[in-house]
Amino acid sequence: MSFVKTTLENGLTVLVKEAHAAPVASFWVWYRVGSRNEHTGITGVSHWVEHMLFKGTPTFLKGEAEKAIAREGGVFNGMTWYDFTTYLATLPADRIELALRIEADRMANSLFEPHEVASERSVIISERQGAENDPEFLLNEELMAAAFRVHPYGTDTIGHMCDLETMTRDQLHAYYTTYYAPHNALAVAVGDFEAADMRRLIEQHFSAIPGGGIVPPITAVEPPQRGERQVAVEGEGSVAYLQVVFRAPSVHDPDFFALTALGAALTGAGGLAFFGGGLTNKSSRLYQALVATELATTVSGTLIPTVDPFVYGLSATVRAGHTSAEVKEALDAELARLIAEPVTQEELTKAIKQAKAQFAYSSESVTGQALWLGLSEIFADYAWFEGYIANLSAVTVEDVQRAAQAYLKPSNRTIGWYVPMSNA
Amino acid sequence: MSIPGPQDIARHELDNGIVVLVRENHASPSVVVSGYLPVGAYDERPEQAGLSEFTASALMRGTTHRTFEQIYEELESVGASVGVGGGVHTTGFGAKSLVEDLPLALDVLADVLRHPTFPRDQVERLRGEILTDLEERAHDTQRMAHLAFHELAYPKEHPYARSVVGYLETVSRLDRDDLAEFYDGGYGPQGMVVVVVGAVKSADAVAHIADALGDWTGHTCARPPFPGAPRLTEVRSRTVTIPGKTQSDVVLGYPGPPRAAPDFLDAVVCNTILGVFGLMGRLGQNVRDEQGLAYYSYSHVDGGSGPGPWSVVAGVNPANVERAIASVRQEIRRMREEPVGEQELADNKAFITGSLPLRLETNEGVARAILDMERYQLGLDYLQRYTGLIGEIDASRVQAAAQRWLDPDVYALAVAGPPASE
Repeated sequence: MSFVKTTLENGLTVLVKEAHAAPVASFWVWYRVGSRNEHTGITGVSHWVEHMLFKGTPTFLKGEAEKAIAREGGVFNGMTWYDFTTYLATLPADRIELALRIEADRMANSLFEPHEVASERSVIISERQGAENDPEFLLNEELMAAAFRVHPYGTDTIGHMCDLETMTRDQLHAYYTTYYAPHNALAVAVGDFEAADMRRLIEQHFSAIPGGGIVPPITAVEPPQRGERQVAVEGEGSVAYLQVVFRAPSVHDPDFFALTALGAALTGAGGLAFFGGGLTNKSSRLYQALVATELATTVSGTLIPTVDPFVYGLSATVRAGHTSAEVKEALDAELARLIAEPVTQEELTKAIKQAKAQFAYSSESVTGQALWLGLSEIFADYAWFEGYIANLSAVTVEDVQRAAQAYLKPSNRTIGWYVPMSNA
Repeated sequence: MSIPGPQDIARHELDNGIVVLVRENHASPSVVVSGYLPVGAYDERPEQAGLSEFTASALMRGTTHRTFEQIYEELESVGASVGVGGGVHTTGFGAKSLVEDLPLALDVLADVLRHPTFPRDQVERLRGEILTDLEERAHDTQRMAHLAFHELAYPKEHPYARSVVGYLETVSRLDRDDLAEFYDGGYGPQGMVVVVVGAVKSADAVAHIADALGDWTGHTCARPPFPGAPRLTEVRSRTVTIPGKTQSDVVLGYPGPPRAAPDFLDAVVCNTILGVFGLMGRLGQNVRDEQGLAYYSYSHVDGGSGPGPWSVVAGVNPANVERAIASVRQEIRRMREEPVGEQELADNKAFITGSLPLRLETNEGVARAILDMERYQLGLDYLQRYTGLIGEIDASRVQAAAQRWLDPDVYALAVAGPPASE
């Protein structure tokens, strides 16, 4: 069956979908807040607030919620991204109400105790330091900062170290009370239950939570890019990496699907984020141009659906004995070819078939279905997801060439070079 | 839908020795294939480290029927995937496709397993990819800590002391003929297991596999019994210094129980209490939650065909390494010295058995479970007996497992991170 969407009086959007293949259910609460809502001084606050929601309420003291879920055989997690913060539990279906109780409780009653904020500060700093061990993280952080000089998409969700060191408990708590309210959230349930029963349960647990105040609007608009940008990061290691991002249209722009097809031809269809990959891309144009020619050892592309216009990204690992400059030259030749000549109908057909297969794979688990239901509501609506294959199928080779000309030109891109400084 | 068992898992043995297991699941129009061959890094000489993995990867680089380009063009055109990868004891393979493309995926899988040609140019290309990956490893704190841990926890000549992907010096020396020779000596149907789960009739799946692999006659190499691993008798530790890093990775552990050990499930319960339950068990609570020392701190019991590691892993600020190790040892000591409380034990057992439906939700999850039942001879009714087996485990068995396998004073310890002064 399809899904049912309703809204409670306090503004909470509710999406419910039955799936009876296995005796399990997944429940998620999505908040329309993420690093997109942050500014200098409090970068990383969305992610840190997410951590604090695991630190207890008067009803579920610290540690009790995850223990209660685990005791019922469930999984329990949280995730922060540019456009959203989400909390999920997947459980045997007859235990799913526990997840509703926990999420309704912590939407309004999380404690943010000062000593818990203090101990979580060092955990989050440790998370950032772990990421900094990875050269590709260091490069991507600089690259995105260069690609977005106005919009908060230029800052990684983890936040700047200076903000993690100085943010206060009151800043975290104020952020929580501003954004965590029913009218700024979606409740999503997918699983082995009757839809009507689940809607009733959600109403029972969430309807008493008062609607919140005004959510501050996001006014940042990234100005047009007026020329190619480049950034170099010098660092530890002996392997070089090349990353390139092109400013891309929003999911609401018809060009998004042309760019999706273009991305599939260039780097394979595994690049639509959150599908979880699994698909190889060895028959793609850039694999042939960069890896089969032995200039690089990996190449990948990502086109992430977002609320505001984002980027199409390419990433390559330079093969030992070769240089980033050689990889960039071969990349430029491929991009020029795409701008000059249309892709083939076979490449489009392949992209559509790959997308169909990925849809089938991602619908195997209730967790995967709930992810897509919530995610597509965040940046568009579920109809966007349901119309995905049809919209992709409508793309023509001319559309793809036009998208290549509009988005893949050098003046629309930012290039990042990781320069390894070890002589290993 | 019930828990997979003898009533809905079809098991067939082909004449050439291949065991085929199938479970139908018509919920989604996709199919997963998963299996292994009894050949792996155990069958390579120490100076050839990486050969088994190199060979497995090279299978996909060309056959007598298909070039590398054709293999991937055929698969990717339909959104299907096929992969082969080396392990110590086995070489694993897998495939995933829409059900309409299962015959194609199986045909490619059988082709790469039976008719690889190891083209020289492709072998060189692949070698460069492996060498670049090994360069990356040398600067990766997690991977270097694990590598050093294995060298410390196992005797020098033990297969577990070596890296399955190999080393710069060994992979550089291997050539195309080494791969072909390794393939000829070890790849064959005897002892091979194939599991199919998805929207396909059991009889059809068996027929497809019989068509693709039933007349394969390659032979499998004879193996001496796998060596055990002696208990550690002293602390063995090493620090791998990687300048310029901001975080240190710590691995502390021991040779652990093989899957077939009589107390393996006792160890699983013990490990869940120590470093899994909720947000990473007692370790997560102590090291992450109470002290704020690490973003992650958890434990894992390997439990494969041999005495794989039982280890604790943590990523910590370089200044906090000693404190984190002290806390890990303190939790290990507590596991050995104090019986676990009634409520904590009940919670952990409930998690282990209660999470079974989640682990069996996807085709991959079911395939993994069936493969384990076959590989470790657990019986096809194992998942149905599982709740009972876990239920019998009491606090004294958990404590006995900790005392047998863990020791807060004698362990292998690897730390990889920046120099102490940075």
